Amino acid sequence: MSSEHGDEPQISSIIWFARGTAGIASVPALILMVTFIGFGVLCRESGLSLGQAVFMTAAIWALPSQVVLVSSVASGASLLATWIAVALSAVRFTPMVAAWVPMVRQPETPRWRLLVLSHFVAITAWVWSFLKLPALPRSARIPYFAGFAVTLSVCNISVTAASFLLAGALPVEAAAALFFLTPIYFLTALSAAARIAAERYALVIGLVLGPLLFWFDVGLDLLWAGLGGGTMAWLAGRLRRHQA
Amino acid sequence: MTATFQTLGQDWAGDFGPYLFILLAGTLATDIWRWLGVLIGNRLRDDSEALNWVRAVATALIAAVIGNLILFPAGALASAPVALRIAAAVLGWGAFMAARQNILVGVVAAELVLIGGFVIIGG
Repeated sequence: MSSEHGDEPQISSIIWFARGTAGIASVPALILMVTFIGFGVLCRESGLSLGQAVFMTAAIWALPSQVVLVSSVASGASLLATWIAVALSAVRFTPMVAAWVPMVRQPETPRWRLLVLSHFVAITAWVWSFLKLPALPRSARIPYFAGFAVTLSVCNISVTAASFLLAGALPVEAAAALFFLTPIYFLTALSAAARIAAERYALVIGLVLGPLLFWFDVGLDLLWAGLGGGTMAWLAGRLRRHQA
Repeated sequence: MTATFQTLGQDWAGDFGPYLFILLAGTLATDIWRWLGVLIGNRLRDDSEALNWVRAVATALIAAVIGNLILFPAGALASAPVALRIAAAVLGWGAFMAARQNILVGVVAAELVLIGGFVIIGG
């Protein structure tokens, strides 16, 4: 495959898409699928229907935000309160996608294609992008990403349905172990994806600050943990660089 | 705005009310940030200090979600003692670091501690 773009773009795009699809047989994809078992279980325990659980995975495709949505629904919160909680949990997508766009974009890439494809950006596909895409020619990146990310989404829609149906048969220990996959997977994946010192500080500060603000029943606890903790981490990162 | 998952659009949308709720409070509330990211991504320089700050804020926010999921979980996980959940997360993260940031090792180690603790407590 030539690294020059422009040669046989139609044929190469399909080949790159197919190669991206093969990425489903990888450790990060497997972990995410097992993690999604926990989501199906959570939906069932929270009183949602099978169709609602499946629709959530397809239409949102952001596991932490889906968990926030289910928790909010289970507590009987209003549409506005739920919207704010979910939106706060998803703010992360703006910088994630903003960092991802310059990597996949070509000068002629139409904006609508990036807008559509951005729906498939979530932690697993994002980390995978940063590991795989820089080594590929630019013309291959969008089809390769699409092949992987769309397949990952479709597989997890199926996992959501299967786990919802099987959830009733699970003992409480197994359900707890499956649900525990979500925080532990995100904790390790986020640690692996943290590139700069400020992000590592932010991870530690957020882990402590989030539960602390929740415990003291401060309103909008996630927002304050993000803005306050993130700013502290950013300042600490700057301080460290100036001292170095 | 004050409608809930059960009551939204029940007069005119019937069984589709909850799906509308998911579209508004779920899809719109998440994709709006992705679309904003596409617009900003065309402008923000990758090495700018502004991007560093946004990344730190985003990381702290998602870390807060993780912390709440471990300390104040819903459903079956709440039946595991909080000390066991913290121990499993800390040991799992330690194993992840010891294994050169291997995510699979970290996840498996954390799960073994959690399940092992459950077995000891239950038995």
